[in-house]
Amino acid sequence: MNYNWNWAVLFEEQYLSWLISGFGWTISVALSAWCIAIVIGALVGVGKTVPNRVIRAICATYVEIFRNVPLLVQMFIWYFAVPEILPDDWGRWMKRDMPNPEFVTAVVALGLYTASRIAEQVRAGIETVPPGLTAAATAHGMNVSQTYRYVLLPISFRMIVPPLTSEFLTVFKNSSLALTIGLLELTAQSQQIAEYTFQGFEAFTAATVIYVCIALVATVLMQVLEKYTRIPGYVGKEG
Amino acid sequence: MGDFDFSVITSNLPFLWQGLQLSLWLTFLSIIGGIVLGTLLALARLSGIAPLAFVAATYVNLIRSVPLILVIFWFFFLVPLAIGRPIGSFYSALIAFVLFEAAYYSEIMRAGIQSVKRGQVHAGQSTGLNYWQIQRYVVLPQAFRNMIPILVTQGIILFQDTSLVFVVSLRDFMTASSIVARTEGRLVEMYLFAAIVYFVICFSGSMLVRSLKSRMST
Repeated sequence: MNYNWNWAVLFEEQYLSWLISGFGWTISVALSAWCIAIVIGALVGVGKTVPNRVIRAICATYVEIFRNVPLLVQMFIWYFAVPEILPDDWGRWMKRDMPNPEFVTAVVALGLYTASRIAEQVRAGIETVPPGLTAAATAHGMNVSQTYRYVLLPISFRMIVPPLTSEFLTVFKNSSLALTIGLLELTAQSQQIAEYTFQGFEAFTAATVIYVCIALVATVLMQVLEKYTRIPGYVGKEG
Repeated sequence: MGDFDFSVITSNLPFLWQGLQLSLWLTFLSIIGGIVLGTLLALARLSGIAPLAFVAATYVNLIRSVPLILVIFWFFFLVPLAIGRPIGSFYSALIAFVLFEAAYYSEIMRAGIQSVKRGQVHAGQSTGLNYWQIQRYVVLPQAFRNMIPILVTQGIILFQDTSLVFVVSLRDFMTASSIVARTEGRLVEMYLFAAIVYFVICFSGSMLVRSLKSRMST
């Protein structure tokens, strides 16, 4: 195995700024997608547990569709197919006038995909709340929405923080799929540096180290959050 | 907008079928390799030998914090360099998938091994079995059984993951669909078709998991 080591290449002007910009895109895609995923995931997850059968069926369908189609296919459908299926004016706007089309598409695709995974965690969290609490709420004369608002959601949202940690890490890793629609995030930039300089080892090591750092920081943040949200004296089982 | 032409699918069916076969074959081999390597990693982590456990834990945590695409790029770069000659993209991809998925399988197997009650190990020791015999005849069979639904679920995820070989142009089902989509100019039809095919396979898989779970709980 003969290979010319040259770690300095990573700090040459152009390549260093490529890595930094790739890092920036990875963070922006992942965090924006996470915001979408949390909101929709919470709604859909709650929807899967409500008494109304129609809402339950819609939410279950959402989860099954988004979970059982690979994220890459979803990315391509949002990027290539949706502008064609929509009414002409909208499609033209998406193709021509939408700012940052790769970024927006990647965020939407990743966000809706991650939402289906979060929805399952939320549903599991709500289902682990002991049924006695719901019964007690009903006995107090609370209606369904009050039961959710004052009993089920406050408990279950705090219980699902630990399982959400791994979803939070996954969203950063999955943001790398944005490169398939042409967004130059971290993985794409490292690949590009490898192609330009033939220093694949250095380029991929740099990307790997950055991803590991992201994972470490994300884990620490979630642990802090976990500490604040833990329910005192409540030993909940993981969803 | 109503001018979609789905005949593009039927006329390219043999080509797409070849791609799907490659996806399934890659999934199958990666599941086998991933479970074998993952079980070894899990045993190493639980072996009680500190350096061995440390190496295995570092490997698993490292792999689990990087994206699969980056791992694929790594191995497409490393494997030919290490072997000294190109070995074809299928084998590079296979190596990448086995080494990547092993980290996830090892976590599943670790949970599986820990779900086997300590009394089983003690019973094995008292009948005079050595460490490997206990693992082979007592612990692992039960660990596998307990973990079958999760192992299958991970297999479904792996099948979805194989679509990522698109980034190195290995001709799996995803790449084949994309080639047809571009050459025929039928992006909408082909990507929707790909989504439906993946959905049917993965949804059937998760139905299987559901029935396995309910059968095991009785």
